[in-house]
Amino acid sequence: MSARQWSRDLAMGARFACTGGREGWVRMLLTAVGVGLGVALLLLTTALPNVISARHDVEEARQDYNFATTIRPKADNTVLVGSTDTKWHTKDIRGRLLEPEGPRAPLPPGLSRFPAKGEMVVSPALKELLASDGAKLLRERLPYRITGTIGNSGLIGSQELAYYAGAEGMVPRAGGARVERLDAFGDPHPTTEKADPVLLMMTLVVFVVLLMPVAVFIAAAVRFGGERRDRRLAALRLVGSDSRMTRRIAAGEALAGALLGLVVGTAFFLAGRQVASSVEILGESVFPSYLNPSPALVALVAVAVPASAVLVTLFAMRGVVIEPLGVVRAAKQARRRLWWRLLLPLAGLAMLYPMVGNGRDSGNFNQYLVVGGVMLLLVGVTALLPWLVERVVARLGSGAVSWQLAVRRLQLSSGTAARMVNGIAVAVAGAIALQMLFAGVQSQYTKSTGRDPSRAQMEVDLSDHTQVALAGKEFKRTKGVRASVALSTGTFSGQRRDPDTSVGLTVGDCAALQELAHLPSCRDGDVFALSNPDASDTDYDAAMRAQLRPGRHVYIDPTYSDTRGREVSWTVPAGLQQAGARKDSLENISGLLVTPSALPAKAAPTLSRRVLVRLDESVRDAEEHVRNTAARLDPVADTYNWTAIEQSTKYTSLRTGLFVGAACVLALIGASLLVSQLEQLRERRKLLSSLVAFGTRRRTLGLSVLWQTAIPITLGLLLASTVGLTLGAVLLKMTATPVTVDWSSVLSMTGVGAAVVLAVTVLSLPPLLRLMRPDGLRTE
Amino acid sequence: MSIGHTLLGLLESGPRHGYDLKRAFDEKFGHDRPLHYGQVYSTMSRLLKNGLVEVDGIEAGGGPERKRYAITDAGITDVERWLATPEKPEEYLQSTLYTKVVLALLTHRNAADILDTQRAEHLRSMRILTDRKRRGDFADQMICDHALFHLEADLRWLELAAARLDKLRAEVAA
Amino acid sequence: MTSVPPPPGSLLAARDLRKAYGPTLALDGAAFSIHPGEVVAVMGPSGSGKSTLLHCLAGIVPPDSGSITYAERELATMTDAERSALRRSEFGFVFQFGQLVPELTCVENVALPLRLNGTSRKAAEKAALGWMERLEVDDLKGKRPGEVSGGQGQRVAVARALVTEPRVLFADEPTGALDSLNGERVMELLTDAARSTNAAVVLVTHEARVAAYSDREIVVRDGKSRDMERAI
Repeated sequence: MSARQWSRDLAMGARFACTGGREGWVRMLLTAVGVGLGVALLLLTTALPNVISARHDVEEARQDYNFATTIRPKADNTVLVGSTDTKWHTKDIRGRLLEPEGPRAPLPPGLSRFPAKGEMVVSPALKELLASDGAKLLRERLPYRITGTIGNSGLIGSQELAYYAGAEGMVPRAGGARVERLDAFGDPHPTTEKADPVLLMMTLVVFVVLLMPVAVFIAAAVRFGGERRDRRLAALRLVGSDSRMTRRIAAGEALAGALLGLVVGTAFFLAGRQVASSVEILGESVFPSYLNPSPALVALVAVAVPASAVLVTLFAMRGVVIEPLGVVRAAKQARRRLWWRLLLPLAGLAMLYPMVGNGRDSGNFNQYLVVGGVMLLLVGVTALLPWLVERVVARLGSGAVSWQLAVRRLQLSSGTAARMVNGIAVAVAGAIALQMLFAGVQSQYTKSTGRDPSRAQMEVDLSDHTQVALAGKEFKRTKGVRASVALSTGTFSGQRRDPDTSVGLTVGDCAALQELAHLPSCRDGDVFALSNPDASDTDYDAAMRAQLRPGRHVYIDPTYSDTRGREVSWTVPAGLQQAGARKDSLENISGLLVTPSALPAKAAPTLSRRVLVRLDESVRDAEEHVRNTAARLDPVADTYNWTAIEQSTKYTSLRTGLFVGAACVLALIGASLLVSQLEQLRERRKLLSSLVAFGTRRRTLGLSVLWQTAIPITLGLLLASTVGLTLGAVLLKMTATPVTVDWSSVLSMTGVGAAVVLAVTVLSLPPLLRLMRPDGLRTE
Repeated sequence: MSIGHTLLGLLESGPRHGYDLKRAFDEKFGHDRPLHYGQVYSTMSRLLKNGLVEVDGIEAGGGPERKRYAITDAGITDVERWLATPEKPEEYLQSTLYTKVVLALLTHRNAADILDTQRAEHLRSMRILTDRKRRGDFADQMICDHALFHLEADLRWLELAAARLDKLRAEVAA
Repeated sequence: MTSVPPPPGSLLAARDLRKAYGPTLALDGAAFSIHPGEVVAVMGPSGSGKSTLLHCLAGIVPPDSGSITYAERELATMTDAERSALRRSEFGFVFQFGQLVPELTCVENVALPLRLNGTSRKAAEKAALGWMERLEVDDLKGKRPGEVSGGQGQRVAVARALVTEPRVLFADEPTGALDSLNGERVMELLTDAARSTNAAVVLVTHEARVAAYSDREIVVRDGKSRDMERAI
């Protein structure tokens, strides 16, 4: 047939969609909104790479660590930058102290001039936060006058909390310390890190898993109201169009909805882009200008969505015979065949199989095979589910009336039911696989910190000009603090320069030292030796012991080839006592434990010092009080909470992305389920009313609606779990990680899927009750 | 159709000459078959004899004798009874029913009651026929069905007339 | 005409019914009464309120004012659940169309009211089959409503309405979608079956030949009812 005929029929269908009266409009609007939601999500996804690179660019441009081992000399083009990052409850605040040292001192991006001492320039979000009622403690912590705002070029997101404050008299230190001297902002040696192949593969899989349900959803959305439309098409057959023409006209109607959906989706996206400036998801925010999808991907969406609308309609109508006097949905419909449905997932497995056992070390994964394999497996879910639903439902026995109504309905139209839950099944299958993958490789991206959060909850690392003992007392007096442990640590060695063996030195008062080891007794002036508790390296152990002998002459802070130390000479005291290791020691220490007065005064500046804080968790804002004290004592102090483990940030952000995406997708699918549910209910309005007339309880009908969704959903979730576990196992094997089933995530994902269905059923109950009012009989 | 009752009804609105009566009759009811004057004359003499009308006066003049007739109380009662009695349901009843309705409207009687009474009577007949049909043999069924369809047509006309009474009232008054 | 008390011995009686849907007054002082075993036709032009009268009498729609008594109980004082229970056990319904559940087979449709009352599936379907025999549609038991003709479907609906042996059968244009031959057959079977169980039948119709199957006729015009028996 000619292209002209095609376009004529499609155009006619599109015209029908637009001129179908109020009902036609409503149906087209539903389709458009459904497709629009999907398109908006697609556009958002296509914009993500741009977001990531835009944020990365800003991060690079404002980077202020130079990692140099020497301090560059002061000049008229240098600036001192002190890092004063802090937290407000769960939110990070990026803080910097700036001290220009000459007229040509470089400005960080987003600033037009340097703030004077006592002044600060803040991000809009921080300004707002500071002005809010609950931020009294934060205002105390940042006691600077706001004199300006940081421009967008200096922020990675609209909701980022950041400030630059003016300072005077900062002392720079080399080696990535808290105060640096710079002559330019920005990473001097931008590196292109080689992407971790496993992370890259996981990113790909996340994208596929998130986008597949969107595609499935769009496919379902173009069929909104399809059954009623089919009936109308019968009228077209009556006036003389042949069955192929009719199908093309139907496709044209879907096309019109999809095209309108593109417009709606673009509008949603643009609106969402504007809203983006005031939204924060899991601590991340962006500027609208970051959300620029790449043109090629936009073009792909613009072509693929309408094209798939046409294809899906033609495909969906292959089992429908439209006769002039009505739609025949083939009373004896051919039973769904299994073999070609099984081909899809098997082909997917076949594509993934060659990569099994690759792991991280054998170079990159073939991206096409990964994407193709995962897609085929997930598409397999949508192909297998209708077959599964049909088979199982045909065998379901009788039960209560509500059950009977639901089962019989499913037997008659299992395809519709399966279509409705396809999206959820795909999303859950993908999510289970990913959860499994994440749980499996988690250990590779998670390391133990060796800290015990039950012994101390916070640590304040002080800069070198702060009196640690004084600070310890200050923290002890701080509201919400039960105990503080002030410690200084350093190293010493028998050799002045480039020693083979250096030994740890921990200074603290008796109370503090007792947190670290079992001391026989303790008075100020005592010194204790603590042998390495896990002395597996006997050579090292012996070398260390030699340095711990009383009377031994040693140098505190020895010099290494590239870093000059102060080489403070000291003699290990005669009265050295042995200390016993404490299993729950606050720190993993070895070497000498020294009370303050036993240390030569000259050695004090060489030590790095910190205060560990035990909080009274019952005091509100205890952490904030600690941070305030830290900021008051030492603005560039590094305050952080103790956790038992920490994860790679890249890994964390990928995982965060998955959660955000899965939430969006499930919400979207939930919405579409609700729409089609309501559509179905409306079509049965008269029947519902007559059932009510002869005394059917509302509960019976409500339950039958629940069963009607619950049965296919249960099957869908079972299938999704199977496919998800298979896919997860294959992916784990590909990363050369032992396969373990993370049952909790399987349960939680299926639980989320089930919750969506329950929510949809609950939300469709009020309209159902309204439809069941006897007014429905009136139209007769 | 009873011409006597019709003419009596026409007299209810006031005394008339015989010729006026014929003209009024023709105008309202005799669309296709105008009344012969002789028919009026003979009918009036029968009514006179039965005491349903009386002579209100005689006008001499050229041509035939011109008597003016007026309705008596007995005449009014007779019209009343005639209107209230449903016609025996049979085919081609419309003209009588139509006359009755128009007369009722002319004399400001309740035309809807007439229609409803007739309707009830029709339905009664239909019930009897339906019952007979159910009990009887095939021939009975065929015969009863024929009658039922005709009665149903009448009944439909009655319903239609009832729905259009207001319009008819305006027409008659004109 | 409406303040006359219902005749003694009525099974279902209504007085002074008023019901408005928004600005339209569907019932404006309508009255009704029916005896056990009686078939009463409710006639009237379309939009006259006859369906609304049926819905009110059956306790589907509560009237705005007026009283409806069924077996000496006032419907207005009953809860929605009680009225539903009444409809399940004492009333039966036949509508013009759209009443058979398309997914269920015919026998399952007929058995549905019994099952709603808690009868076991087996017993319900046995009783259903008995009624289908009486209405001459027992050969359709395994078919779905979409596979049977209009007249057959309507007979299935009548069987379903009668399967609980209701005391009142409400039929709203039961032959409206049927040709005259099928319509008459349905009416014959319906009235025969109702009389055999001494059920009262409220028959809403606009067809005189259907109304002729009744014992008595009520005409509704502009929301007002008129008992034709008393008009004579």
